[in-house]
Amino acid sequence: MLGKLTLSAIPYDVPILVGTFIGVAVIGIAVLAAVTYFKKWGYLWREWLTTVDHKKLAIMYVILGLVMLVRGFADALMMRTQLALAYAGNPGYLPPHHYDQVFSAHGTIMIFFMAMVMMQALFNFVVPLQIGARDVAFPLINSISFYMTLVSAILINISLFIGEFSNVGWLGYPPISELQFNPGVGVDYYIWSVQISGIGTLLTGMNFLTTIIKLRAPGMKWMHIPVFTWTAFFACIMILTTFPVLTVSMALLALDRYVGMHFFTNDGGGSVMLYLNLIWSWGHPEVYILILPAFGVFSEIAATFSGKPLFGYATMVIATGIITFLGSLVWVHHFFTMGSGADVNTFFGIMTMFIAVPTGVKIFNWLFTMYKGRIRFEGPMHWIVGFMITFSIGGMTGVMMAMPAADWVVHNSLFLVAHFHNVIIGGVFFGYVAGLSYWFPKAFGFKMRDVWGKWAFRFWFVGFYLSFIPLYAVGLEGMTRRMNHYDNPNWHPWLLVACVGVFVLAAGVACQLIQFVLAAFDAVNKKPDALDLTGDNWGSGRTLEWSIPSPVPHYNFARLPVVRGLDTFHIEKELGRPAPVADLEPIHMPKYSAVGPVLGACGLLIGFALVWHIWWAVIVGLVVAFFTVVHRSANLDVDFYVTVEEIRADEEAFARRLAAAKAAE
Amino acid sequence: MSYDATHAPSAHHDEHEHHQQETTIFGFWIYLMTDCIIFGTLFAVFATLCHHFAGGPTGKELFDIKNVEIETAILLFSSITYGFASINAHKKNKGAVLGWLLLTFLLGVSFVALEINEFHELVARGAGPDRSAFLSSFFTLVGTHGLHVTIGLIWMLVLFFQIMGKQGLSTRMQTKLTCLSLFWHFLDIVWICVFSFVYLGSVV
Repeated sequence: MLGKLTLSAIPYDVPILVGTFIGVAVIGIAVLAAVTYFKKWGYLWREWLTTVDHKKLAIMYVILGLVMLVRGFADALMMRTQLALAYAGNPGYLPPHHYDQVFSAHGTIMIFFMAMVMMQALFNFVVPLQIGARDVAFPLINSISFYMTLVSAILINISLFIGEFSNVGWLGYPPISELQFNPGVGVDYYIWSVQISGIGTLLTGMNFLTTIIKLRAPGMKWMHIPVFTWTAFFACIMILTTFPVLTVSMALLALDRYVGMHFFTNDGGGSVMLYLNLIWSWGHPEVYILILPAFGVFSEIAATFSGKPLFGYATMVIATGIITFLGSLVWVHHFFTMGSGADVNTFFGIMTMFIAVPTGVKIFNWLFTMYKGRIRFEGPMHWIVGFMITFSIGGMTGVMMAMPAADWVVHNSLFLVAHFHNVIIGGVFFGYVAGLSYWFPKAFGFKMRDVWGKWAFRFWFVGFYLSFIPLYAVGLEGMTRRMNHYDNPNWHPWLLVACVGVFVLAAGVACQLIQFVLAAFDAVNKKPDALDLTGDNWGSGRTLEWSIPSPVPHYNFARLPVVRGLDTFHIEKELGRPAPVADLEPIHMPKYSAVGPVLGACGLLIGFALVWHIWWAVIVGLVVAFFTVVHRSANLDVDFYVTVEEIRADEEAFARRLAAAKAAE
Repeated sequence: MSYDATHAPSAHHDEHEHHQQETTIFGFWIYLMTDCIIFGTLFAVFATLCHHFAGGPTGKELFDIKNVEIETAILLFSSITYGFASINAHKKNKGAVLGWLLLTFLLGVSFVALEINEFHELVARGAGPDRSAFLSSFFTLVGTHGLHVTIGLIWMLVLFFQIMGKQGLSTRMQTKLTCLSLFWHFLDIVWICVFSFVYLGSVV
């Protein structure tokens, strides 16, 4: 009846997990009780859970990303404290089997459920507003994407308390991830949570590529597209070309484990090297999928806070395209040691070094954007300065490892771990956090307290160097990654420093959470100087999203903007805005729908049932999903018109706020 | 926020409908390209593993080309019949659309039946997907195609009943028929590759 699931799957004998479970349960019950007490279930369902509005989905993505950031960060804290303790005979407090799950979960969560989630949040919020669209091309599919991501994140967290998680690293290399060596459910949790979230991401890629190509405002030619949207465009292309490969890799691994096939097994003619090639031909483009939108964010911020147009817009776009192309041709550098031969390794080594060229172009573009600019060092600007220094260092260690001969020395060492944290924290994470603070006022209509953002940056910046520069050192001294304990006295001081560093990072995370809490507090108290009346919160916004009220009305643009060039809003500020058209028209919008949450519930059921071999539940999930889709396809009542009265009322309120802001000046 | 549907002039609505139709077909194209990469990856996997017999049977010993030729003929013919359904859909000829769809459906079902029969015989002869890496990649590639055909058939059935029902041959239904048409012809192209590389490549 319940497949492999028995009571013994619940790890009630592991104190850390019991403690975590109690904590999660208390918080969970408190949240549910609060929603019930304030009678907000109906509101939550009607306005949020069934939404197809890209701005609300973006906010839900951010919340999910922050929760998973805390989860993944807790794993990081555990690893660093373990390695500070587990020295010279001391086993530390995490037994190897548990420790292996911790680092596997940390990697999987930070990439799939923190970084990818934050990226989709930015896509959702920014892209339609920047191109002057009223929604994405397929609003319902957008909601389904979110739910696929959400339920796979839930699935990975269920593995904490029912069964176990994968213990073979974030990419699940065979043969150790095969049934022969890993008969538990850990790898299955990994496979299905990655698989389900991958489907969500693929749909996002399809949706936003279509949106950018088909839904741009009248007059927006290709070279009028804001840089963030360009980077989203190229990231979508990479999602569409590489996520299918991830889907196949996970499916084949699952077939090996579930049906006894021989794709990657030691026996039966399986080929482990095939898996490495498949997973990395997704995995390397994946890091570019993550970094390109971060580059986009930095481009927007550099221009806004320097009071200048972005230097070298066209080269920025071309460099992004070249990175997209080259990024798909470098995957072998993740396994130079596999023995593909000197010719193959040389080709991939040289391609990898080439990528530094377009990336260097970008760094210089940002520098020249700031050069002689009227720079304001507000919160978002801190992150970009920190990024340029940190990312350049990470890039240089990357070029070092691009040399196959040098890579053989540091392969799978902590030097590598330091390198990719250097580019992912210093590039991706700094970029997404900068984006979050940059567009926050647009999303909510009020500002966060900048001082907490600046402190968050300071802790993250210092904490990063304290945590990861020591890892470069111990990596060069020969410490391999994923070690549970060690005896080498030379490593110990470095790992102690790294442990201090992770607590400094924790202070950074705390500042960010405080910043959000205080922002909510200011909003509830309607603190007057926190309000964003004009919609152009930073005063120097250049792109279309700053031309509309904050928070943005659900239909985005009362009148579709007519684009007259690059940085349309800036042009309008210089030349005067076009006279408002007197006659507003009713706006055609999609209705909210329960299809997303229902399909999400089916996805969760199917994923959980597949992990535990509960076949009847898999069938139930599939049948319900099928009828949901058929029911939807027969439903003709899926849209509505926003009335002219509503739009006019919004517009008049916005005009009053603009006048009030002007008077206050 | 209010959701009262105030009906706008119908010209405005039609224009929107047309735009949405174009966007939907474009989005579906993009989806098909990702599917194409899925098949491409599976072909690459097959190319890597097609000589990993692990002491088991080879394709030359196993495949019955006659059977595969019949499957191919049926699938190619079903593309033609779907084409006639599309032409009639543009002419708003409901009865003919339903007839051609039904014929396409029957051809598709026979294709899937022949494939299941082939798989069944292979497994019965001890050449199942767990026998060797070669057979794993064969069953997965051909099976993924068969699964797509099956999904296409279910989709066709749903559209069949929706056309019979109140939707008829509305603009929205035309869009759906176009998407399914793209899907169906795409599967034909994939099958031609399967036939050439997997079956012919194994027996010559």
